[in-house]
Amino acid sequence: MLAIQTQKLTRRFGNFVAVNQASIAVEKGEVFGFLGPNGSGKTTVIKMLTGILPITEGEAWIEGIDVAKNVDAVRERIGYMSQKFSLYDDLTVMENLQFYARAYQLKGKKLAQKIEETIAANKLEKYVDRLAGRLSGGWKQRLALGCALMHEPTVLFLDEPTAGIDPVARRQLWDLLFQLSGQGITFFVTTHYMDEAERCSHLAYIYYGELIADGTPDALRSLPEVNPPGTHRFEISAPAITTALRKAKEMTLFKNATIFGRSIHALVDESVGQEELGRELRKRGIAVEEIRPLIPTLEDAFVELSQRRQAQMEVAS
Amino acid sequence: MNNPAQGLGAIFYKEVRHMRRDPMAILFALVIPVLLMIILGTAIDTNIRQVRTVVYDASGSAMMSAVSGSSMSRAFLDRLRNSDTFRIYKYVSSDAELNRELIAGRASVGIKVPVDFDRDLLKGNQAQVLVLVDGSDSNVAGQAVNVSSSLGLDESLRRMMPAGGRQAIEVRPKMMFNPASRSPNFLLPGLMSVLLILVTVLLTAFSIVREKERGTIEQLFVTPVRPLGLMLGKIMPYFVTGTVEFTVIILFMRFVFKIPIHGSVLVLAVLTAGYLFVNLAIGMLISSKANSQAEALQMCMVVMLLSIFLSGFMFPRETMPTWAYLASHLVPATYMIQIARGVILRGAGLAQLWINGVVLFAMGAGLLLLAAKRFKNMTV
Repeated sequence: MLAIQTQKLTRRFGNFVAVNQASIAVEKGEVFGFLGPNGSGKTTVIKMLTGILPITEGEAWIEGIDVAKNVDAVRERIGYMSQKFSLYDDLTVMENLQFYARAYQLKGKKLAQKIEETIAANKLEKYVDRLAGRLSGGWKQRLALGCALMHEPTVLFLDEPTAGIDPVARRQLWDLLFQLSGQGITFFVTTHYMDEAERCSHLAYIYYGELIADGTPDALRSLPEVNPPGTHRFEISAPAITTALRKAKEMTLFKNATIFGRSIHALVDESVGQEELGRELRKRGIAVEEIRPLIPTLEDAFVELSQRRQAQMEVAS
Repeated sequence: MNNPAQGLGAIFYKEVRHMRRDPMAILFALVIPVLLMIILGTAIDTNIRQVRTVVYDASGSAMMSAVSGSSMSRAFLDRLRNSDTFRIYKYVSSDAELNRELIAGRASVGIKVPVDFDRDLLKGNQAQVLVLVDGSDSNVAGQAVNVSSSLGLDESLRRMMPAGGRQAIEVRPKMMFNPASRSPNFLLPGLMSVLLILVTVLLTAFSIVREKERGTIEQLFVTPVRPLGLMLGKIMPYFVTGTVEFTVIILFMRFVFKIPIHGSVLVLAVLTAGYLFVNLAIGMLISSKANSQAEALQMCMVVMLLSIFLSGFMFPRETMPTWAYLASHLVPATYMIQIARGVILRGAGLAQLWINGVVLFAMGAGLLLLAAKRFKNMTV
């Protein structure tokens, strides 16, 4: 049984198609990264899967339960942490925990015990009486996660959980996610951070309502669209990198080239080998320091996919 | 597990804590109504007294100074003054001056006694007095016209009757329920109805719209909290606030403004509960529509203004144009004002007012169902 499954999931707002026939399949225990530009439909998909927003067309199941038909049963199994962490800033940490525990129908001993556990698991002891609004981003996020996990859900939706969080807190959150996914919890995470995407076991990329890629990070990096036949990638280090890039772009053997730090990432015609490329560049007066074959990054992949899709859309219209 | 109001307890728990953290809301609920009561209860008197009056007495000017006038005209002017309606602040000596005072707004009434006032009276002809009234305040104008005509009528009767004669009919008006005709007695029960709107509609609407603004409402929708549980959990704390406010207002009316409460406070409380219920439901309905607190505030102002102008609080419903009179039936405050004035001033009880209570509870239930439906649509 799949943890999350959708079949041609569609959401329209009037004439605007926010999500167009998206089909997703997420296995139990996966950390599923859902990526895409702002406004491309990520949050809309989450809202449909959590039953906040009605589905216009298509179907969605959480652990085999039809979201449209049995939203109550779905809600017992899912947790949700929205972009703003959804805490009450004017309530203390304890009051937030108390409220969510009660909202999830915990009572008496079970309630007290679960709150104790959440405090301990997230090391919130010192902050119990502090107003949630006075917590730093990282602690807010721990509290929000604690609240979302209060009822022991098996599928957790996290909408940009690390936006505005410092790198240490980000790292800690991801470590925690993997620990929990090891216990069988499935995560559906949206993010704009490529390093976070790299850590996901399964990725999907949505571009203006259309699902245009789906697979493991490695699979996405080796897509034919990302690695057009007849080309290969190199990383070229050289001084005066911007001048070097301008000169390189004049050469016909380059299909594409962008600067990454102090080097150029280039897509080069397959007929040109590594050594020949070096010779050609030096001929043009570029003092090449090093050339290395390059596996495309996820960013390369997403930029490539977005550009291709954009071009298709422009042709279509 | 199939409790339609599931989550009520959790929401109630949270809402009470929000209120404790927000003392401004309590201030809003208790202090502002008290302030408004003090202003309206002490500063405003709808009885028209001491209207600024200017007099041009031209009678007997041939022999005496224009200022003093003749003895007959002076007797008439004294009677005007004694009516308590008019306060003569100036005597002038020409029509032009009289007009100037009125145009400048210094006088609301100008009285001209013509040259031949005495002569006409002595000859047994009809003597005339000109009363110029500034019609820009219709209440003042009406009162001035009524009092001056009845004084004229009275004076005429006395002159026509033989000495020791009596009027054929004497009208003896008696003000029931508010014998001293005190304005606060009439105003404050109405004001109570309007004040209760503030805490109930506005605070309820805000409490949900705030969750929309913060984005916490979506989190709530994902929990097993049901729409009805959410709504009742939100309503109950504000119902309590409304009840506290009602108590404060009643205590103020009774002990500060010394307004006697002729009917049963319990009956008033029960019927007021119905009124609070409607307002809370309106607050809910607003919150299901508005997306920001500013938007909610605007909608609340509409409710507030309709309640002030159509309910009979400010203007009597009997003199409204037909459309406004019909529309006033849709305003909950209309029923509440009838209840408040009925119980407090006339000592009316359930026997007379039950229909108002039924209307209020029915309105409340209807609106709450409508709001619940809208919330349900928001959450699938």
